[in-house]
Amino acid sequence: MEPAVQPLEVPAADARSPVYAVVGNPNCGKTTLFNALTGLRQKVGNYPGVTVEKKEGTCFSQHGNPIPVIDLPGAYSLSARSMDEAIVQEVLLGLRPDTARPDRVICIIDASNLERNLFFATQVVELGLPIILVLNMMDVAEKRGYRIDAAKLEKILGIPVVSCQAHKGEGLIELRLAMSRKDLPAPTWRCSVPELFSAAMGEVQERLGEERGWSAPQACAVAGLLLGEGMTHAAPGAHPINPEALQKAREWQLKLDRESPGWHSELVAARYARIGEICREVVRRTDPGRPSMTERIDGVMLHPLWGWTILGGVMGCLFFSIFSLAEYPMNWIERGTAIAGNWIGSIMPPGELHNLIVDGVLAGVGGVVIFLPQIMMLFFFIGLLEATGYMARAAFILDRLMGRVGLQGKSFIPLLSSFACAVPGIMATRTIESPKDRLATIMVAPFMTCSARLPVYLLMIAALVPTGEAGALQKAGLLLLLYSLGTGAAFCFAWLFKSTLLKGESQGHLMELPPYRMPSLNSVLMEMLQRVKIFLRRAGTIILGVSILLWFMMSYPKVEEGSATNQLSYSIAGRIGQAIEPIMKPLGFDWKIDIGVLASFAAREVFVSTMAIIYNVEGADPDNTGRLVSVLRSQKRADGRPVFTPLTCISLMVFYVFALQCMSTVAVVKRETNSWRWPIFQLAYMTALAYTASLIVFQTGRFLGFD
Amino acid sequence: MCDFYIFEHIMKKVRKLSEMSPGESGVVENVPGKSGFASRMQEMGLLPGTVIRLVRSAPLGDPLEIELRGYFLSMRRSEASLVTVAVG
Repeated sequence: MEPAVQPLEVPAADARSPVYAVVGNPNCGKTTLFNALTGLRQKVGNYPGVTVEKKEGTCFSQHGNPIPVIDLPGAYSLSARSMDEAIVQEVLLGLRPDTARPDRVICIIDASNLERNLFFATQVVELGLPIILVLNMMDVAEKRGYRIDAAKLEKILGIPVVSCQAHKGEGLIELRLAMSRKDLPAPTWRCSVPELFSAAMGEVQERLGEERGWSAPQACAVAGLLLGEGMTHAAPGAHPINPEALQKAREWQLKLDRESPGWHSELVAARYARIGEICREVVRRTDPGRPSMTERIDGVMLHPLWGWTILGGVMGCLFFSIFSLAEYPMNWIERGTAIAGNWIGSIMPPGELHNLIVDGVLAGVGGVVIFLPQIMMLFFFIGLLEATGYMARAAFILDRLMGRVGLQGKSFIPLLSSFACAVPGIMATRTIESPKDRLATIMVAPFMTCSARLPVYLLMIAALVPTGEAGALQKAGLLLLLYSLGTGAAFCFAWLFKSTLLKGESQGHLMELPPYRMPSLNSVLMEMLQRVKIFLRRAGTIILGVSILLWFMMSYPKVEEGSATNQLSYSIAGRIGQAIEPIMKPLGFDWKIDIGVLASFAAREVFVSTMAIIYNVEGADPDNTGRLVSVLRSQKRADGRPVFTPLTCISLMVFYVFALQCMSTVAVVKRETNSWRWPIFQLAYMTALAYTASLIVFQTGRFLGFD
Repeated sequence: MCDFYIFEHIMKKVRKLSEMSPGESGVVENVPGKSGFASRMQEMGLLPGTVIRLVRSAPLGDPLEIELRGYFLSMRRSEASLVTVAVG
């Protein structure tokens, strides 16, 4: 379990500043506003036991006093239907032992979508905490012909209302001034409810007693949530609710069902009716009619023909940037690591410490840093797609396609990115709200043929197919086959998981298509940097640790000076390779291949260099495998048959298609699922699948007379 | 009773949301009852009496895009078939 995130250290002010929680609907510009308020003074972690991200920051008031701010996930309602919303509810009600209850609330509203945003906002207002309402995107609202009277809204709800355009930084001063107000009023506004329900709330509230130090409005809101089954999605680690109150709520639910069927819908309708009244008072339509800009853009973006063309272009760009463009910085990093290694070599005497630093630590650090270009590019792209609103469109177009295997449109980008590398791909699943769909996507992402498999495939194909004109076509065909095999496996297993392990009541696929917006570059870059920081801190440390461990296993124990034994085969890793030979033999692998397979756990392409070391081939690098190929071809077994028969090569490639030979992926899955259970399960099922598939290929081949 | 029901449906042209054609608007008659998904639909503002417009279906025919209360929402056909709308 992840440790709880420590609260940010705040320099001692004259008095403890109140802690603010930032809440709002998804797509209301909450992240942009939080980023604008806190800048880089942010700390991102996880709520313990949950995959929901915990973001805390410090904002400075106009007088320079620090104010702690918690950014909560987007929510459509205080009744939680997802883990994200459960966290919002629990933090606001002080139900999470890992987070102190915020003293005050900033509720952000998309002014161009007032009615639906007010639904959640009025629920939060009813909690009775001092609150500032931020009307964001006033410019968009005006453009769409809505003039909103903020002063009137302030009067009706009895709370300060600040107009704001977060992406331009307008209104932030007013917001900061409001935040440092000592006398921020606690709202008393309430939406009226039917009498019977009011009685029910009263009785449940009584049973809640003095729990958690709730004020009367908060206890009342909790009672309402319990009755409306809005607290059934409790996130792990939250304080439980008093069972007496739960019992009372259940009794009342039955009574309400009996005496006033449809009461639940009535409550929602009553709130919307009240919101309708408020809107009629505060909104003036200046220029009705005229399809909005968003609708006109969507006419093209979601067009049956142009929609696909544009989507193809965008995805092509994304794929190109993480596959090819990222190659340059990745090469620099590789070269930088090599230069650093040489430099250390020149100032340090050769020896064990030198080897540890160069081959263990430095290689490990390089192995972590190498992912940064891809992660940065992918998340810059995703940030742009999210901020502009195109992400929802891509998901809209692709939903049907992905729905066939039980996934959803949003699974597409993570899977596409996994063709370059599963690490950023798995990190990109964060955009999928449904936990089960997200998990299913994570579980199958490593099947997509990542770029680290390429060197292995190329080496094996080169050993398999003779060079020449005819060979080139065969090689391309084989490569395509391997890619399709991986992709096919991903979709098959996605379907399998979604219909067995991750089956469950569908939460529905309601997805908002937010208006198109000019993204705030600052905010996109900040989100990207956060991903980098998270990767370095969480996954990076594991990757570094395992790299050093692997180095140790491959270097110890040492062979005696002058002995003809190969160091690698004498090492722990080599011995394990030899020990598992009987298990791997039915796949057509000898112990030297086994060592290569084991060593690839550091990164799949390591297989090539490991083969070079084992067979004492000098100067073999993944780009120039010619010499290594001819050495591999000439290898003979004890009985004189070649080691790398075509069947062994194919069996080995099939193994690499399915096996999760990548500790970085394991580390990232651990970080993203917040437990060791899923990465271990994934490692087990993929290894089992790889073993079985290779076994079938090799044994069938032998049965058919190939060898 | 039965005749009246049919009469009312013909007059108001009550249709499933999934059977509306792009560009058509109407007033929501009925939304599914008590379930997690139904509650969410209602909390998003899709209530009996709400004016909605079917904007388009996705290029592959599913999901659908609807407009309500000044914003756009996408839902799958199977989910839209649970909502009835009085068109025209």
